[in-house]
Amino acid sequence: MEFAFYFSAGVAVAATLMVITNTRAVHALLYLVTSLLAVAMCFFSLGAPFAGVLEIIVYAGAIMVLFVFVVMMLNLGSDSRNQERQWLSPRGWIGPGILSGLLLAQLLYVLFSEPSSGTISGASVDAKAVGIALFGPYILAVELAAMMLLGAMVTAFHIGRHEAREVA
Amino acid sequence: MSWFTPEVIAVLINVIKAIVILLAVVIAGALLSFVERRLLAVWQDRYGPNRVGPFGMFQIVADMLKMFFKEDWTPPFADRLIFTLAPVVAMSSLLVAFIVVPITPTWGVADLNIGLLWFFAMAGLTVYAVLFAGWASNNKFALLGGLRAAAQTLSYEVFLGLSLMGVVAQTGSFNMRDIVAYQADNLWFIIPQIFGFLTFFIAGVAVTHRHPFDQPEAEQELADGYHVEYAGMKWGMFFVGEYIGIVLVSALLTTLFFGGWHGPFDLLPQLPFLWFALKTAFFIMIFILLRASLPRPRYDQMMAFGWKVCLPLTLINLLVTGAIVLAAA
Repeated sequence: MEFAFYFSAGVAVAATLMVITNTRAVHALLYLVTSLLAVAMCFFSLGAPFAGVLEIIVYAGAIMVLFVFVVMMLNLGSDSRNQERQWLSPRGWIGPGILSGLLLAQLLYVLFSEPSSGTISGASVDAKAVGIALFGPYILAVELAAMMLLGAMVTAFHIGRHEAREVA
Repeated sequence: MSWFTPEVIAVLINVIKAIVILLAVVIAGALLSFVERRLLAVWQDRYGPNRVGPFGMFQIVADMLKMFFKEDWTPPFADRLIFTLAPVVAMSSLLVAFIVVPITPTWGVADLNIGLLWFFAMAGLTVYAVLFAGWASNNKFALLGGLRAAAQTLSYEVFLGLSLMGVVAQTGSFNMRDIVAYQADNLWFIIPQIFGFLTFFIAGVAVTHRHPFDQPEAEQELADGYHVEYAGMKWGMFFVGEYIGIVLVSALLTTLFFGGWHGPFDLLPQLPFLWFALKTAFFIMIFILLRASLPRPRYDQMMAFGWKVCLPLTLINLLVTGAIVLAAA
């Protein structure tokens, strides 16, 4: 199971890097979908199949579709690709990149300097356990999220209504 | 010969079973094109393809030969990578969803605890096929078809999931085999979950882009929508993918609402596959009958119907089911 976890985590990191460096918007989104699928695989290998499947249904299957939808409507041509290329010139990112690389090296050193006690057992958490946890100790967070979504929905409805039709 | 330990043999048998199921589904999908044309003809008082072979049965061979020998043309203005990827996604995601369908007590590819959710995940990924095909073709009719398909699939997936939650609440499990076992002990879900059945059926038709929900590929307005630029085997994959979707949704309707491999009143328990195949064939026929008989509604009517009728209906169904389950517990 550890191999599965590290393998899919590696795929997720590589795919996310490609999202940043790709100059074509739709190809970048395709890599982002791949990255989300890889994260779902991480959940599966950690023994959380419910979270993994929700990751695919909600993020890859619904939210990313909206992203792709909007990018397709924009009809980005070669102009935007040239602009992206200009923004991605090495002069812009090489300094912060090296410094971030140093921080990453330090993080890896700290992580691997002493053997971790955590292991991946692969024991699976089923949907019922997730539900009991959500509506037990975390009920407040669920209620708050519900309020926020309701507010977002009312706002979207307000922005999207047809004023002309209402007057008539 | 020490390789062939009982474990290895068990693995091999399961792999062979999985391959047999895969081939059966793909072949059933391919044969359906002939069956559909003949049945449409019967219902519309025409002959249909009846020239090649007895009852026109070899028409499918002729069609396949034609498709194989067609030039597999990629338009120069298309985005090559995504143009090629789209039909692959269209066919494979629905095919992968089939692994959770339990066919008989001993046949079935995977027995996942999240069975039903796996189907939702794969159905969610099928949107990309249509979206990418529409965008990569670089053709305005294809793009319009892709946009319609994305909006339609997103709207109908909301209650595709919710419509089955009543079934899950009553069974207490996402596992398909548990759902079938529960129906064998109690009533088939078609009676207590009739609203779940109706909404799931409508959403299933919409997710497979079948008539009357085929606005994404409306021939009159969009000249075939998202796959207008496709030819040869790439188009064939969209075509077979659509029929695999029909087989998948029919098999799920059988499993979730009509007792899976069990016969009515426990008739003939020795023939589980026969019952499964008969019920699935019945729903496939209903799919074709829908196409033969119904006109195509306008696009905005279809969206309004989804959000204003089906979604509230599934929510009320879920609330009532939850209340009943709680009261019974």
